[in-house]
Amino acid sequence: MKLTTLLTSAAMALGLATGAVAADKTKVGFVYVGPVGDGGWTYEHDQGRKAVVEAFGDKVETVYVENVAEGPDSERVMTQMALEGADLIFTTSFGYMDPTINVAKKFPNVRFEHATGYKTAPNVSTYSARFYEGRAVQGTIAGNMTESNIIGYIGSYPIPEVIRGINSAYIHAKKVNPDVQFKIVWAFTWFDPAKEADAAKVLIEQGADVILQHTDSTAPQAAAQAAGNVITFGQASDMAEYGPKPRVSSIIDDWGPYYVARTQAVMDGSWESVMTWDGIGAGMVGIGEISDAVPADVKEAALTMKAALADGSYHAFTGPINKQDGSAWLADGETADDGTLAGMNFFVEGIEGDIPQ
Amino acid sequence: MIRLEKRPQPSRAWSLATPLVAVLATMLFGGLLFAVLGKDPVEAIRTIFWDPLFGEYAFYFRPQLLVKGAPLVLIAIGLSLGFKAGIWNIGAEGQYIMGAIVGAAVGLAFYPYEAWYIFPLMVIAGALGGWAWAMIPAFLKVRFGTNEILVSLMLVYIAEQLLASASLRFLKNPEGMGFPGSRNLQSYESAFNADLIEGTGMHWGVVAALIAVIFAYVLLTRHMIGFHIRLTGEAPRAAKFAGVKPARLILLCLGISGALAGLAGLFEVSGPAGQVSIDFNVGYGFTAIIVAFLGRLHPFGILLAGGLMALTYIGGDIAQSNLGLPAAAIQVFQGMLLFFLLALDLLTNFRVTLRKVEVA
Repeated sequence: MKLTTLLTSAAMALGLATGAVAADKTKVGFVYVGPVGDGGWTYEHDQGRKAVVEAFGDKVETVYVENVAEGPDSERVMTQMALEGADLIFTTSFGYMDPTINVAKKFPNVRFEHATGYKTAPNVSTYSARFYEGRAVQGTIAGNMTESNIIGYIGSYPIPEVIRGINSAYIHAKKVNPDVQFKIVWAFTWFDPAKEADAAKVLIEQGADVILQHTDSTAPQAAAQAAGNVITFGQASDMAEYGPKPRVSSIIDDWGPYYVARTQAVMDGSWESVMTWDGIGAGMVGIGEISDAVPADVKEAALTMKAALADGSYHAFTGPINKQDGSAWLADGETADDGTLAGMNFFVEGIEGDIPQ
Repeated sequence: MIRLEKRPQPSRAWSLATPLVAVLATMLFGGLLFAVLGKDPVEAIRTIFWDPLFGEYAFYFRPQLLVKGAPLVLIAIGLSLGFKAGIWNIGAEGQYIMGAIVGAAVGLAFYPYEAWYIFPLMVIAGALGGWAWAMIPAFLKVRFGTNEILVSLMLVYIAEQLLASASLRFLKNPEGMGFPGSRNLQSYESAFNADLIEGTGMHWGVVAALIAVIFAYVLLTRHMIGFHIRLTGEAPRAAKFAGVKPARLILLCLGISGALAGLAGLFEVSGPAGQVSIDFNVGYGFTAIIVAFLGRLHPFGILLAGGLMALTYIGGDIAQSNLGLPAAAIQVFQGMLLFFLLALDLLTNFRVTLRKVEVA
């Protein structure tokens, strides 16, 4: 009799344990603005999702929905994930900001992580990457490599994120090459291969022999390849298929470590609402392999810059820096504060042209 | 040998049956597609068509069907009037955008003042915005004989640029930290197109869509203008003899469809979407063309077709999330629906006969 009781309670304990394990499986949802095969922004977020699967195996279940339009569609997709038991939801586009906040209000026990926004709540964190650090490395290579001294820049939209990148690239190109000049074309798109190719061609015709892009397709790489003797950098993802030339390096968004850490935090119960803005040091911004088309000394200068940014001994916006209109911004040795950087809406001194606004 | 024989009269039975057969064929071949992708086809079809309506979380998805379907129906009703008369407005997407921009601009001009008349003013402005944008192809066609298909379509791209400009410049939220997008109208009470009854999805746009359906039905069956529209489409020469003025009809049809598309944009921007943003438009103006044809250009048909399209969108997203189906597979599935409808339309006008080949 005793034995049976023992067995029964053991079986019950086992049953409870397995039940608990099944319920313990952490469900993580991802909402994507583009297709996972875009080769840029969404592709890298999906790589991050795969890193979560790899790190936790059976302990997590991930779900995702691609091509989700910003606005009511995204709100519906998030709600659906929350209803179906997601513990943590990553919403990976700026335009998901208000929908994320709306849904988070209805599901106080679900944690949300919104990429690139500025609104938080007790169950909503934000995260973004200091891509401008990558731009500093890029500017160093570009300034050294250009022979025409004209660097072309394909801007997406004139928003702080993009303006920061232009300023950082310019400051560091100028540092190694005082004659350098930036030509900027606004494409008014994040992803449109035809428009991006046109923009690249226009810049090349105007004499640019380096093309920097803040748009996500590989079309500018192809245009540079066709033109010959023009170099480019991969954007968002490595774009290694265009190496060793025109693509000489790249800025890679690496969300994996962050996604793994945040999933772990939910599992531990240590998750808190935070605003994360990580750079090269934390591994959120990666610098793609610098190809052999870059001379050894330039490569070394770029890697030194990368190392200094990573260990925090150098800030990409260190004075003296004036604004475009000549007024003083940062005094000698002063570094920019995050608030100014987050809302940056001005060019630094030396860049020609106006920000359309 | 299989032969196609033209029917003396279009078959009424087939005209009604083809949408149903097309849906069934889509389920069949869509199921095959899903099976090839390694998913359980029955479960996939059930997830798309059944779960949003009767699944565990239907209480949430049913209102969402109204939210997703209303703009489609509203736009498609307007388009169907023109399509019946052979006037092809392909640019409803642009008119939708302009309605949203103009309507939101009027609302934001009053911010933060609260008054009951702000929302009605926005509705009027939204309709006018869409109407004015549609008047461009209408005027050019009447005056210079330009092709309204091309002009209205090209104006979509111009409207998209204006939308980007509005989000980045003249309607940009001054408290938005420099990011694009207007203030959120959901947090501005006088301009917010909220659910009339909380949680039902029933906002003014849904009401307007239902009114438009009834209005279009009465217009087409009881009114002289409706008769002229049908006559022009079916027998243009007869229409001329009957005294139909083509120019007036063009202005009228494009005007109505533009105004309805503008209204759809306004209700969307002031309600579910909440703000003018660069990616505000998600293709309702183009999808509405499919809805109009799926609904046989008939007001009640369009109502059903709008519901069906909304169902495939919502069910499609659920299938992506729960079954891991790629978005592209869902799009192929939706494309199949139109493909089968158009293919089966043949049966309305032709009879399939089996006949022995005569030896000459």
